[in-house]
Amino acid sequence: MKIKAKALTAKVAGQRAVSAVSLPPVVPLRQRRLNFGGQWDFAPAPEDSKNYLIEPRQELFIGGKWVRPHSQRHFPSLNPATEETLTEIALADATDVDRAVKSARRAYANVWSKMSGRERGKYLYRIARLIQEKARELAVLETMDGGKPIKESRDVDLPLVAAHFFYHAGWADKLKYAFPGKSPRPLGVAGQIIPWNFPLLMAAWKIAPALACGNTVVLKPAETTSLTAMRLARIFQEAELPEGVVNIVTGAGETGAALARHPDIDKLAFTGSTEVGKRLAMAVAGTKKKFTLELGGKAANIVFEDAPIDQAIEGVIAGIYFNQGHVCCAGSRLLVQEAIYAKVVHKLRDRIQTLRVGNPLDKNTDIGAINSYAQLQKIRELVQSGVDEGAGLTQTRCALPAKGYWFPPTMLTEVTHAQRVATEEIFGPVLSVMTFRTPEEAWERANNTPYGLSAGVWTDKGSKIFKLVNKLRAGVVWANTYNKFDPASPFGGYKESGFGREGGLQGLAAYCQLD
Amino acid sequence: MESASRTQANEIDACRFTNQNPLEFMKVSARNSARPEFQIRPARPRAYPLCLSTVDQVMVEERAASFGKRSIKAEAKLAGLKMAVSMCDLTTLEGKDTPGKVGYLCRKALQPIAAKYKVPSCAAVCVYPNLVRSARKVLGEASPVKIAAVATGFPSGQYPLRTKLEEVRRAVGDGADEIDMVIDRGAFLAGDHAKVFDEIAATKEACGPAHLKVILETGELVSYDNVRLASEIAMQAGGDFIKTSTGKVSPAATMPVTLVMLEAIRDYFFATGIRVGMKPAGGIRTSKQALAYLVMVKETLGDDWLNPQLFRFGASTLVNDVLMQIVKNGEGNYQGADYFSLS
Repeated sequence: MKIKAKALTAKVAGQRAVSAVSLPPVVPLRQRRLNFGGQWDFAPAPEDSKNYLIEPRQELFIGGKWVRPHSQRHFPSLNPATEETLTEIALADATDVDRAVKSARRAYANVWSKMSGRERGKYLYRIARLIQEKARELAVLETMDGGKPIKESRDVDLPLVAAHFFYHAGWADKLKYAFPGKSPRPLGVAGQIIPWNFPLLMAAWKIAPALACGNTVVLKPAETTSLTAMRLARIFQEAELPEGVVNIVTGAGETGAALARHPDIDKLAFTGSTEVGKRLAMAVAGTKKKFTLELGGKAANIVFEDAPIDQAIEGVIAGIYFNQGHVCCAGSRLLVQEAIYAKVVHKLRDRIQTLRVGNPLDKNTDIGAINSYAQLQKIRELVQSGVDEGAGLTQTRCALPAKGYWFPPTMLTEVTHAQRVATEEIFGPVLSVMTFRTPEEAWERANNTPYGLSAGVWTDKGSKIFKLVNKLRAGVVWANTYNKFDPASPFGGYKESGFGREGGLQGLAAYCQLD
Repeated sequence: MESASRTQANEIDACRFTNQNPLEFMKVSARNSARPEFQIRPARPRAYPLCLSTVDQVMVEERAASFGKRSIKAEAKLAGLKMAVSMCDLTTLEGKDTPGKVGYLCRKALQPIAAKYKVPSCAAVCVYPNLVRSARKVLGEASPVKIAAVATGFPSGQYPLRTKLEEVRRAVGDGADEIDMVIDRGAFLAGDHAKVFDEIAATKEACGPAHLKVILETGELVSYDNVRLASEIAMQAGGDFIKTSTGKVSPAATMPVTLVMLEAIRDYFFATGIRVGMKPAGGIRTSKQALAYLVMVKETLGDDWLNPQLFRFGASTLVNDVLMQIVKNGEGNYQGADYFSLS
């Protein structure tokens, strides 16, 4: 047998001598790079924005009507991609806030708290359907107002906004089944202050559970992104939501502070920076107000050597560059096991080159505009500090538009915990890469932060995932995925990332009196 | 030069065939049917330490779907469509194939549509080994359109290695530029990865100057981890291309499967410096799908792979849909199916 096998090998070898096997060319080590050039460049594919009329001025929405602000003042709202003024937003002062709270109190006492859960649910379903019908318009406005790519506002924000209203509509008449043995009652008037990174989505996270549980609302959107909240108010009108159930007051920090201090709100919910969160906590201290906070984060995305690496790269990219990194749960710290560090950094460098930065209305844009000039300055300053403190800098080579606020996707390597970029929330498209050796070191480094909102774990080994989930001090831990949201899943933080949960049963409980 | 070596190879094959001791041939096949003992391990400058990555199903499917969200418009669309035609392996693999039918196919591959639309010729025609001669007769020796022959007991691969190699040598001798072999999925699923490797290596030897495409038949391997491992084996054993499917098994090519293979090609390139080609085959029928695949190649492997030397579509009906879009781009409206040639 063995002899025959040899004979056959000889024959094959003999044949090779006649017609040589074609060996492919070998690229030398230094030239083994992928070329993401412009050989086949995509033509612009902008979403049509001309069909949607934006009124030159947005008034306050109080008691179901459009009301001029007491101060008679308006401030401009810019499109961060073009620096053009989109519209003017009313500036509400303490008098306006008082009017809004009184209107919410009247609606609570006379209409909304008396209404059956089933009736409240009908309104919420109606709102959810109207949002779905107008999803395209809302997505375009969200993109023009906030700078986020249309791909994300269309495929992530708006579907989730509708999903939150649908989900909570379902709970409205089933609250006593949500909390067996208890008789859940509404709290009263909820004051809600939301950030600029997901304007409509945050409004939905706040308004939908509040209304489902029978509360009325005074909402204060962020000053740079109030436009879609005002459009949402029109949807409330169209849904014939009783007057005063939702009131929207626009303005900056002063307006928010007036709302937080108002003596007649029963609940304050805030999503935003840890700095403002701390101030609000002081304003609320010693009052009867119930309080939930969802603040900043500095999430660790932990990649083990046994991870599905190519998919982990996608998760890291989605984790930090989604919505220009303006995400409180962004995976801004990448912790890579040392054995695969070089490989992961290499792959990330390639992947970053394929991200398209530019016109947020273009359907092919991956990274849109930075929300405001102030935020852009903050990102620039922090990245510069990282470079000054010895971090290695990788950015895309793509050209940025001349007008508007832009920052290229950035990766900082050789980062240590002593540097500011490893500890401070940048809230921009900036990834800090660090290494670890063992699972113990991974969770110690991940937890070495005052924040504790979210984390990601990438490994092929289920047992490792469960071990880490128990060790990580983070409100949300994603395993082999990142930035997945669902209205049924509670979201919130540990430590300086806040307290209280939004979404799911825990989120409902925050808007109910349960005792 | 190429044709000279081809005839030479032909002669050697022929003489080996006649000198064959029938008894020995029978013994070999009997042995193969049990457990192949012969293992041809040619010198492999391409081997490198196996470093396998696992694949996460959810994330790879999500990523694959994201390429389809790119909006390809105007001049980018036209350029992409023409590129797709130039990458097509126009295929006919039926029992009823005849020299006449292959002739139609070859002429269509040379000139897919009227010259005024400036559409490039297809990359290759893909036929059964018996029809290679007919194809060569029509295309001539110096044709821009290559001839690919499926071989090694296509589509099942459940044949003795001996006859598989004979098939390959014949097809190359008849004028095939490329051999599309199938791997032994039975051996792969039984865990005999060495046998899969050895068969591919032996086939590569038998190919001589012809390019080797290795069909994994991903629809039978089922899991992405299997696809990734099979890709790795195929590349290390000497495949110049890896190809998803025969087109005879459903599902054939899908975006996520192709992405897993492209990622394997990427890692292999970084490790060895060798650019292996990719051919998704079967199930790609519309221009929109083809453009999504091209976006995937562009954003996974970069511009260097965006050419027929390293990327192909195995398809029979795709070309006409692409042509329809190209004509629409020129004329402003869609033409009926009768305006496009049968192949």
